[in-house]
Amino acid sequence: MTKPTVDWFALAPSLALLAAASLALLGAVFVPAVARKAFAAVVAAAGFVAAGVWAGLLYSETPNASSEISDAITRDRFGAFAQIIIVGAGLIAVGISYGHRTRAEHVGEYYALLAAAGAGMVFLVQANNLMTLFLGLEWFSICLYILCAIEIDLVSSLEAGLKYLVIGSFGSAVLLFGSALVYGATGELEFGAIAQEIEDQGLVNDGLVLAGLAMILAGLGFKASAAPFHMWTPDVYEGAPTPVTAFMSAATKAVALVLMLRVLVTAFPSEEELWTIAVAVIACVSLAVGNVAALVQRNLKRMLAYSSVSHAGFMLIAVAANNELGGRALLYYLIPYGAASLGAFGVIAARERELGERVTLDNVAGMGWERPLLGVAMWVFMLAFAGLPLTGGFVGKFYVFAAAYDAGKWWLVLAGVIATAISLYYYLAVIRALYMRMPEIRLAPAGGSPPRETVLQTSVFTCMTITIGSFFVVEPLIDLAEKAAAQLPF
Amino acid sequence: MNDWLTTILILLPLAAALVVWLLPWSSQTAGSLALLAALAEVGVWINALTRFDFGAPGIQFDQQRTWFDDLGVSYYVGLLGFSLWLVGMAVVVMAAAIAYAFWTGRERPRAYFGLMLFLTGAVVGVFSAQDLLLFYVFFEAMLIPLYVLVGVWGGAGRLTATIKFIIYTMAGSLLMLAAIVALGLQAGTFDLTALESENDWIFLGFVAAFAVKAPLFPLHGWLPDAYRESSPEVAAVLSGVVSKAAGFGFLYIAIFRFPEPANDLQPLLLALAAASLVYGSIVAFRAPDVRGVIAYSSLAQMGLITIGLFALNDLGRTGAVLQMVNHGLISAALFLLAGTIERRTATGDFDRLGGMARGRPALATLLLTIGVIALAVPGSTAFAGEFLILAGVFDQGWGWAVVGAVAIVLAAMYMLRLISAVLHQQVGSSVPAEALDLRPAELAIVVPLVGSLLALSVWPAAVTDHLTFL
Repeated sequence: MTKPTVDWFALAPSLALLAAASLALLGAVFVPAVARKAFAAVVAAAGFVAAGVWAGLLYSETPNASSEISDAITRDRFGAFAQIIIVGAGLIAVGISYGHRTRAEHVGEYYALLAAAGAGMVFLVQANNLMTLFLGLEWFSICLYILCAIEIDLVSSLEAGLKYLVIGSFGSAVLLFGSALVYGATGELEFGAIAQEIEDQGLVNDGLVLAGLAMILAGLGFKASAAPFHMWTPDVYEGAPTPVTAFMSAATKAVALVLMLRVLVTAFPSEEELWTIAVAVIACVSLAVGNVAALVQRNLKRMLAYSSVSHAGFMLIAVAANNELGGRALLYYLIPYGAASLGAFGVIAARERELGERVTLDNVAGMGWERPLLGVAMWVFMLAFAGLPLTGGFVGKFYVFAAAYDAGKWWLVLAGVIATAISLYYYLAVIRALYMRMPEIRLAPAGGSPPRETVLQTSVFTCMTITIGSFFVVEPLIDLAEKAAAQLPF
Repeated sequence: MNDWLTTILILLPLAAALVVWLLPWSSQTAGSLALLAALAEVGVWINALTRFDFGAPGIQFDQQRTWFDDLGVSYYVGLLGFSLWLVGMAVVVMAAAIAYAFWTGRERPRAYFGLMLFLTGAVVGVFSAQDLLLFYVFFEAMLIPLYVLVGVWGGAGRLTATIKFIIYTMAGSLLMLAAIVALGLQAGTFDLTALESENDWIFLGFVAAFAVKAPLFPLHGWLPDAYRESSPEVAAVLSGVVSKAAGFGFLYIAIFRFPEPANDLQPLLLALAAASLVYGSIVAFRAPDVRGVIAYSSLAQMGLITIGLFALNDLGRTGAVLQMVNHGLISAALFLLAGTIERRTATGDFDRLGGMARGRPALATLLLTIGVIALAVPGSTAFAGEFLILAGVFDQGWGWAVVGAVAIVLAAMYMLRLISAVLHQQVGSSVPAEALDLRPAELAIVVPLVGSLLALSVWPAAVTDHLTFL
């Protein structure tokens, strides 16, 4: 057996984040307690920035896709584009986390885990065989399990961590089982080789392959929180520390969906008639469940959790389109969606710190007038979620619909349109609460308002800029997404 | 310079909106700046009017920049003869509305005037977009400020009103979005000037959006609440300007881009329009308050305009465009006058109004003048518009013209009832003796609107002889 050549460049983004994680952990021991938080946060942020730079270089230096390291990972622009989104989300998550009251003895670990989770995600989007797929998935999931439960004094945080652990592990197990079935049927681990074997041996209707495919789809559905695999989402999103929720809602979803598209397109092209329908059905169920359940939520984190289920539905429409336009749509959609999601949870985090209690539609009443920047930002994020113009959310939905129509699935366009109409009700309810209701009593937290959080506000402002900016500068972004999606074998 | 004119018309109010909203002006300064910007916008429009070459066909002052190339979407704006008049009506009404708000004073003025200016830009954008997706963007962008303007500064029932308004209009708009996706991808471009389709379903998607926005019976469920609960100047803008976006859409997209479906489904649309006309007129006659009458008369008028548009001939659409301009000015003036009446009496109920003419000559004269124009007395510009519409639709079947003619009689009934219930009869219980006549500032706002109507009455050919459609 020969030793494979390692393309360190392709691994650089993961390695940068791993280095940052290690350094932050070391800081937890060697840096004095006063500076520990600042040190860990800066190191994590630097790690994300470095990973972003490497991913950017990887994008520009990879005109042609190739498999590296014994075909374990793919080096392509599709992965690099997703990596940039993930590290962007990580960087903003660091900004949102900074003002969070983490227990002093955990602060180093917190940022180390955040960076490590980022590393796992960045690694996962490059996965090119079933082993690296499972490895990457577990890598970032384990970090997230701990991050959800990191506030050990809070029952809700522990509960969230436990739920996520149990259900997430179940999802991983399903995925692993599915991978085993596919391996059993084809004798191959690498995505391209699996496709080749299915083709060569005429396994298109093979029971093992089909069961395996279904289970892999379900496993990734858990991570993307697509219905009916979304049961954990509202509880975990609500219970986890808000910055962690923010990171999960943007990054985990991005990873799971990007990877789903990669696996389906590269490993199962001959099953496409089957999985496009399956994904389309999952998309419709997600749209229905997410939107209807969100209608009745008062707790904002739960509402946004269900909203994230429905957005998984929208992005799955792009996956179900199974064409290059769909790939482009998915990659583009992730930008405004990720920014709006991070930003919205950022605003919730700010309100939470101000009030010291859970944020509901009732206790944000009048907030828009009291906190102009956060209010306007939240307004923009809700419009983006609802897909109204002047936000990138509109262009994202437009591309998703265009992809579905292009694939001849006009009924998915209709489903998306109906879902959007329903979703308006609860997104506008947030704006209504912020601007049109006045608080019944003036809420004055003991000890006065918390100090102005420059880092958090900068993060939210950045998210707002990206959300609006992605509407106006569509051409360059789509151009990048187009080149990235072109490297998938549609 | 010429190719930038449309863009300036769109961007001037948007830029002014940002300036008014973001900088820490005092309430007086914010209002003055907004009014100044709105008047400047009118000035720019007059400039455009003088430069416009009505003899030449095609789009003028056009400008095109790529937005996203892979699907063929661009920022493409420009004006045609008929859209120039709609823009003119819109900017004049917006200026009057902003002036009215400035004069009455609104809480949180920076946000308020910022949103009004933003709305102005969006409306002008709707009338000048030459790219289908851009049209949709402006069409939806109108909703964002309206939602807040009604929801924050409206009356007691404003929250229900906004929810109804948004859900109704968005349901229609989203069907339009689906139609846009289908139409644009089939054609491979979103350039409005290059699109044409024969697909009935896509046509209906567009019709759904416009029929809600106009509104047409039976999709008018949002109308009474929205027109009653918003502040008078916002109601003026809603019924005067925003509803015309639907008329514009019917003509420029539904009829011009779908010649065959429009022809095939003409009876359906004429029937809907006629139903709106008759239903609106009857309910307006029975409405218990000033705003109710104006609101339902607006429904009726949009029905009449739609009849003119779906006459599918030059006569009908010429009349419809003239009537859109007329109705914009009329209903804005009426809503603003309703506002002045409500300020004096704190009510709009006919039961508690009456006898306001005595000692208030200016109010009486203005209300009477507008009312008489609105009921299309011969010699008025509304008469010219309605006459052309009826003549146009007569070609398509005399039955439609009869319905239209009946409606004109009904219009006389509800307008005269409004005038008499407010101005004449017993002095109402809510009319204080010390309630003043219109103040100079109020006159300065309403008189230009009425003046424009009188000018058009003298010379309706100013509009009808200066229309280019394609």
